[in-house]
Amino acid sequence: MLFLQFTILSFVAVTATAVVLTRDPAKQAIGISFYGLVMALMFFIFQAPDVALSQIVIGAVALPLMILLALTKIRRHEEEEQARHKEKKAA
Amino acid sequence: MNRRTRLVFFLLSAAAFAGVYLWGLKGLPPVGHYRGPYGDVLNRVATYERHVTDVVTAVNFDYRGFDTLGEEFILFMSVVGGTVLLRRQREEEKSEHRDESLADQSPERQAPEASDATRVLTLALVGPLVVFGLYIVAHGQLTPGGGFQGGVVLATAPLLVYLAGNLKKFKQITSHTLVEVTEAVGAGGYLAIGFAGLILGGSYLRNVAALGKTGMINSGGTIALINLATGLEVAAGFVLLLYAFLEQTLEIRLRGGK
Repeated sequence: MLFLQFTILSFVAVTATAVVLTRDPAKQAIGISFYGLVMALMFFIFQAPDVALSQIVIGAVALPLMILLALTKIRRHEEEEQARHKEKKAA
Repeated sequence: MNRRTRLVFFLLSAAAFAGVYLWGLKGLPPVGHYRGPYGDVLNRVATYERHVTDVVTAVNFDYRGFDTLGEEFILFMSVVGGTVLLRRQREEEKSEHRDESLADQSPERQAPEASDATRVLTLALVGPLVVFGLYIVAHGQLTPGGGFQGGVVLATAPLLVYLAGNLKKFKQITSHTLVEVTEAVGAGGYLAIGFAGLILGGSYLRNVAALGKTGMINSGGTIALINLATGLEVAAGFVLLLYAFLEQTLEIRLRGGK
């Protein structure tokens, strides 16, 4: 049991550091999804299955999805602003 | 602030933090040796007092049910706030035929259509997922899980439909009014069950319903009912939030923009 706990804790530390060190936000969203899964496993190993159940969905699915959607929106917004500027200049 | 001062500043604060942190660690009990009395007391009496086998749920929805009510409304207000922030602004317009008239026509920016494998797998998963979500909501008092966990699982079902098809299908199965009403009913249901306790039992959120037989699905009294209300609220809340995000990202664009 102690071995499992030690392993999963180091795994959490490694994935968390990897997420922080990733610079590209889109890649970071994928990384945070994996980190969420590892966190869920950690909660499970530390005998908190109630928390683990919500962590799986929130951490591994909902949060990365919202980050990705927000990134898409930002990118599109910038493109649209640029297009508007061009039109104004042309007019 | 140049690089050197920043580094010195960081090292100083990191050293101070490490010191306090290690000092704090020294006072911690060893792993698995819980000191406070409440957990042990509850572990002993909860099954007898509330006829439940998952003490975590009994604590969340009965012993400290009022705190959970507050948490539930934190979620409710977050969803309301998120929806308000993501509403359509005055300078934005909605393109109705999103799939045909995607502004950006360059091939590398087109989202590829879902492959047959994705479609089959996601659609096959929807049914089991809904059943599993309902199971978690209904068995909160018996096994790990409950309204919140089951609710988020249920909320991913429409998401799978979106992954398999497109936004139009997602909208067809999640009637916006219905989802809004469900969320309100869930949040209000929790409040109402609390008032039932006040009227029938003399204090807010008192467990006044029949406790049932330990280990059966209808055990736990109001714990099971509150779990159901929470399940509705959480599932609907997350679907609303997802809907707002998807709409804002995929359909709404600047007026006059491409």
